[in-house]
Amino acid sequence: MTMKTILAGATLALGMATGAFADGHQTKVGFVYVGPVGDGGWTYEHDQGRLAVEEHFGDAVETVFVESVPEGPDAERVMTQMALGGADLIFTTSFGYMDQTINIAAKFPDVKFEHATGYKQADNVSVYSARFYEGRAVQGHIAGHMTESNIIGYIASFPIPEVIRGINAAYIHAREVNPDVEFKIIWAYTWFDPAKEAEAATVLIEQGADVILQHTDSTAPQAAAQAAGNVVTFGQASDMAEFGPFPRVSSIIDNWAPYYIARTQAVIDGTWESTNTWDGIGPGMVGIGEITDAVPAEVKASAEAMVEALRTGEYHAFTGPINKQDGSAWLADGEVADDGTLAGMNFYVEGLTGDIPQ
Amino acid sequence: MIALEKRPQPSRFWTFATPLLAVILTMICGGLLFAALGKNPFETIRTIFFDPLFSEFAWFYRPQLLIKGAPLVLIAIGLSFGFRAGIWNIGAEGQYIVGAICGAAVGLAFYPTESFIIFPLMIVAGALGGLLWAMIPGVLRVKFGTNEILVSLMLVYVAEQLLASMALGALRNPDGMGFPGSRNLSQYPSAANLEIIQGSGMHWGVLTAFIAVIFAYVALSRHVFGFHVRLAGQSPRAARFAGVNPAALILICMGLSGALAGLAGLFEVAGPAGQISIDFNVGYGFTAIIVAFLGRLHPVGILLAGGLMALTYIGGEIAQSNLGLPLAAIQLMQGMLLFFLLAVDVLTNYRMRFGQGKPA
Repeated sequence: MTMKTILAGATLALGMATGAFADGHQTKVGFVYVGPVGDGGWTYEHDQGRLAVEEHFGDAVETVFVESVPEGPDAERVMTQMALGGADLIFTTSFGYMDQTINIAAKFPDVKFEHATGYKQADNVSVYSARFYEGRAVQGHIAGHMTESNIIGYIASFPIPEVIRGINAAYIHAREVNPDVEFKIIWAYTWFDPAKEAEAATVLIEQGADVILQHTDSTAPQAAAQAAGNVVTFGQASDMAEFGPFPRVSSIIDNWAPYYIARTQAVIDGTWESTNTWDGIGPGMVGIGEITDAVPAEVKASAEAMVEALRTGEYHAFTGPINKQDGSAWLADGEVADDGTLAGMNFYVEGLTGDIPQ
Repeated sequence: MIALEKRPQPSRFWTFATPLLAVILTMICGGLLFAALGKNPFETIRTIFFDPLFSEFAWFYRPQLLIKGAPLVLIAIGLSFGFRAGIWNIGAEGQYIVGAICGAAVGLAFYPTESFIIFPLMIVAGALGGLLWAMIPGVLRVKFGTNEILVSLMLVYVAEQLLASMALGALRNPDGMGFPGSRNLSQYPSAANLEIIQGSGMHWGVLTAFIAVIFAYVALSRHVFGFHVRLAGQSPRAARFAGVNPAALILICMGLSGALAGLAGLFEVAGPAGQISIDFNVGYGFTAIIVAFLGRLHPVGILLAGGLMALTYIGGEIAQSNLGLPLAAIQLMQGMLLFFLLAVDVLTNYRMRFGQGKPA
């Protein structure tokens, strides 16, 4: 074989490769959403991630999505339908899609799946989540300073480790700056229900809370706080800047775009592998929204210092000494929590009142 | 001028023609809506109504129609008896939940024993659970004259709380790392509601739904019970003369609808859903009310209406994912369907007169 034929062969191969590309072998990426894309919170941010993927890859990638998919057999059908429709990569963006994702992934070994906030992996199923508790620590710090009634209201969604971690992280850091602080927790049993969330916020405010933290996705609690006048809130999942500079004084922002772009790129390159990603403020998956001037300057400065320490990894949001609610020791002085315990967290820390619903 | 004139008898022709007319009107107005959203109306209508049945991937969607339609039909058949007799069980959703909880609890109690008797026991428990939950509004109505519409509806919310408590407490998977939700019954062979023919979607609940349709048809057209039900609805006074015991009729109708809703819940939890979870129920109990009326409270009509409803759900999902249509547009179209059905219903009982309408 002469050099010429090799070159010709290479050119031909290259021509075919680019030809195939020009034919529009697009990589198709599907997204399954638990809420409507206009929820202004959780699903909205996932959709922003999807749009970022579209913008980054242009015509090379096509994205599809289905919103408000119930976490049951309907989710399996939607995933199957996306896989049949030619999706190469499917992001299932709610905890409740876990078993369904595993089931469907087993039927489509060539399709890659990415399940948000779950813990079950397979050869073609990755899991990814964000260390939102880092953001909760910052919220707790600000909330502990801001409260005058010393009552902080917390709208919790479901009693799963993810939510319990958030409550614990916020409480530890609120009490650190304000030993008299008390948490009142309402379990809404929903991720998104503006009516229920508004009702929960109103009840908490009536019980004397002047700071409301929420682990639900709508802006209804923000509106309720605004109506009440002197109640502080934090944006959840999305910046919710439209409620700033008061009542919304800061926020936890989920930033999925870099992860979605990286994973899509991995599928295009053929380097995708099943991974378990749990990123925090450091890699940029968790963002802290601007702390407004409604917060006193020195509090803002100390909160920003904490963000920086969390970002560099110098400080861990669960650093001992921390006792469990029943008084038994959990973390010794200076000890930091391991990921396994955090991932399955099902206990309150010392000082929180009430029980986790059983 | 168009005048409406009451027919002496409901028109037989229009009884059958109105559902079709409603579907056609929905397609037209839905098409206009989709066009206004910037989508090709013909492609959208084709995607929703035809793709699940005839597209390249119909082999996947046809079984899904059975899975989605079966609980609707099963519940609607039960409701149709009461609705015919003027007994309004609005709480099928709650009976569905309680049936699922009871059935799943029996299955989980045996875990991990394997025995052929477990699944039949679960079926009995599911039916009993739904029946007893429906007996609450039934007995209250008979004993104290309470309104069964309100009581049965309110009990849905009680059932939802019970479901949450079960998913977090008594039935929680001990190996679930603290997450809510029971063990997966579909992965426990003795308790799983598996497909009778692999890949057909035909699980035991679908079979039960078909059997229920046949029984309901026979009961309504051939059996004295069906006669009593129809009589009680058309003329309560005549029914009393015919020896119908109103209290017994209420309890039977409530119990029947509750038991069938409970069965639907059991088949769902042991099969497609697989586990008791906080948001296990997705509204089958309420949608079944629409299905019952869309099917004119007739067993065969309900079967067709359940199929149509399942079609719009599945086609709607395809349209969302393939055409980027928002969910709200699909729901609007489903709403239109019921709206048009009620609107054209007037043709069954009234005749249109064009020209000068002179009062008779």
